[in-house]
Amino acid sequence: MDFYHSVHLDSSLCKGCINCIKRCPTQAIRVHNGKAVIKNAFCIDCGECIRICPHHAKQASYDSLDVMNDYEYKVALPAPSLYAQFNNIDDANIVLRALVAMGFDDVYEVSGAAELVSEMSRKYVEEHPEGKPFISTACPTVVRLVRARFPNLIDHLLPFNAPVELAATLARKRAMKKTGLPSEKIGVIFISPCPAKVSACKQGLGIKQSDVDAVVAIKEVYPKLLPHMTYNDDFETDYVRSGRIGVGWGNSGGEAGGLLTDSYLAADGIENVIRVLEDLEDQKFGELDFIELNACSGGCVGGVLNVENPYVAQAKLKKLCKYLPVARNHINGEYLERAFWDEPIEYTPVFKLGKTFAESFDKMQTVEILCAELPGLDCGSCGAPTCKALAEDIVRGEASVNDCIFVLREFFNNQQ
Amino acid sequence: MYDAIKLTYNVSGDDFTRAGEASSDVKGKLKKMNVPPDAVRKVAISMYEGEINMVIHADGGQITVEITKDCITMILADKGPGIKDIDQAMQAGFSTAPDNIRTLGFGAGMGLPNMKKYSDEMKIETEIGVGTTVTMKVFI
Repeated sequence: MDFYHSVHLDSSLCKGCINCIKRCPTQAIRVHNGKAVIKNAFCIDCGECIRICPHHAKQASYDSLDVMNDYEYKVALPAPSLYAQFNNIDDANIVLRALVAMGFDDVYEVSGAAELVSEMSRKYVEEHPEGKPFISTACPTVVRLVRARFPNLIDHLLPFNAPVELAATLARKRAMKKTGLPSEKIGVIFISPCPAKVSACKQGLGIKQSDVDAVVAIKEVYPKLLPHMTYNDDFETDYVRSGRIGVGWGNSGGEAGGLLTDSYLAADGIENVIRVLEDLEDQKFGELDFIELNACSGGCVGGVLNVENPYVAQAKLKKLCKYLPVARNHINGEYLERAFWDEPIEYTPVFKLGKTFAESFDKMQTVEILCAELPGLDCGSCGAPTCKALAEDIVRGEASVNDCIFVLREFFNNQQ
Repeated sequence: MYDAIKLTYNVSGDDFTRAGEASSDVKGKLKKMNVPPDAVRKVAISMYEGEINMVIHADGGQITVEITKDCITMILADKGPGIKDIDQAMQAGFSTAPDNIRTLGFGAGMGLPNMKKYSDEMKIETEIGVGTTVTMKVFI
């Protein structure tokens, strides 16, 4: 299956340096003929290449704010991390009223749906002790990573859609009831902190059809909100519908906090996430109820579509939470069907060398031989991140051993 | 082409930060070779336990992994103190790990039992004062 990827390359800006190939956690990028190429099957939309690219050639796609013109009634779904972009916010209403002032007809906080997911997660973990430890599925990058690389952990994934999906469905329902408009005239627009969530809303795992109509970036909305945050006639309306548990989801550890258990770990930053998954697969740690994983450092506040420094944003979000009640959304003991995946997530070994075991076996033998021949400097000059990655590219028929400048030099030396 | 892939790893003693590197490398290779996930899991867990044992008890050693089309064989050889009583060592919860190792979270007495549990065949050859060689097989 080919995925929609928000993360992409503007090759006109690419200088063909090797920063991105070295940084990519799934070794999804090569430099060929002086330009980077992203192997779509390997890419998990984590955004690391966007962070590292000195030429801004790696970018994220998302919808333009003009998408608001396509709908008669527009509902904004702000991610909790949006609140953390501004200074001195002690009431999320300041941000939510500004969203209305900039042109949205209503707002539905993703944090509100997150509280419902927290309650359902609590119930689910309690009712399924055999599945422990459960791995959080709110970060789409983590879900894609597990799907491609950790077959033995798929059964541990918490089978819930990310809160934004539930928020979209509930927001649409509310808007239809309030306005009497048909679904297609209502635009449910998510304000996202990262490209992975853009990709997930366009083509998510576990979900057949997203209820999110468009995804815009926090960094695009940010400058539009600023002028509306000083004074607002509409200071009476209270849009805030969530508490500390929901808003806390923006920070690493927030989702786990909503589970009200001490038996958890929360890891953030893609390299740390991979390490936890590797160790978890090897059963290196004892009994835990829950594993919260966020691809970005600091959690969603660390997403590449944010404006504020992730750790400053974390502090701001904590400060905002201080004044909120614990939670304001409850499920009354019943699961909401929309919260669950529509279909199971299946292991998709995209990193395999050949189609069958026999073919991969032969290719792995060749990889071992090639690795012994290559210099082992991992210099990246061939366009692959490591000598081993080059060897794998060679057996896949995507590169040649002469792409290695050291092998080539020796070849010429021997000719003379 | 040969009909087996042979991988060798040196395990250094007393270095917990590096323990698990060998099993992790093997796991990565097996996944790239379309080996069924269940077999990968069995190899990863049994080999990691063996690797940790070499670090804790034997000041390291050498691991040889042989992958053929129907079997993964792991040979873990050390020049450690040897195992005095294999039956006792095989009991879940029995451990000779010193306190300083236990405070690190290791030494729960599950090493050999887990190796046995997760491998399809296991053979232990040991001699006091000479060393131990554990051979484990996981069939594909």
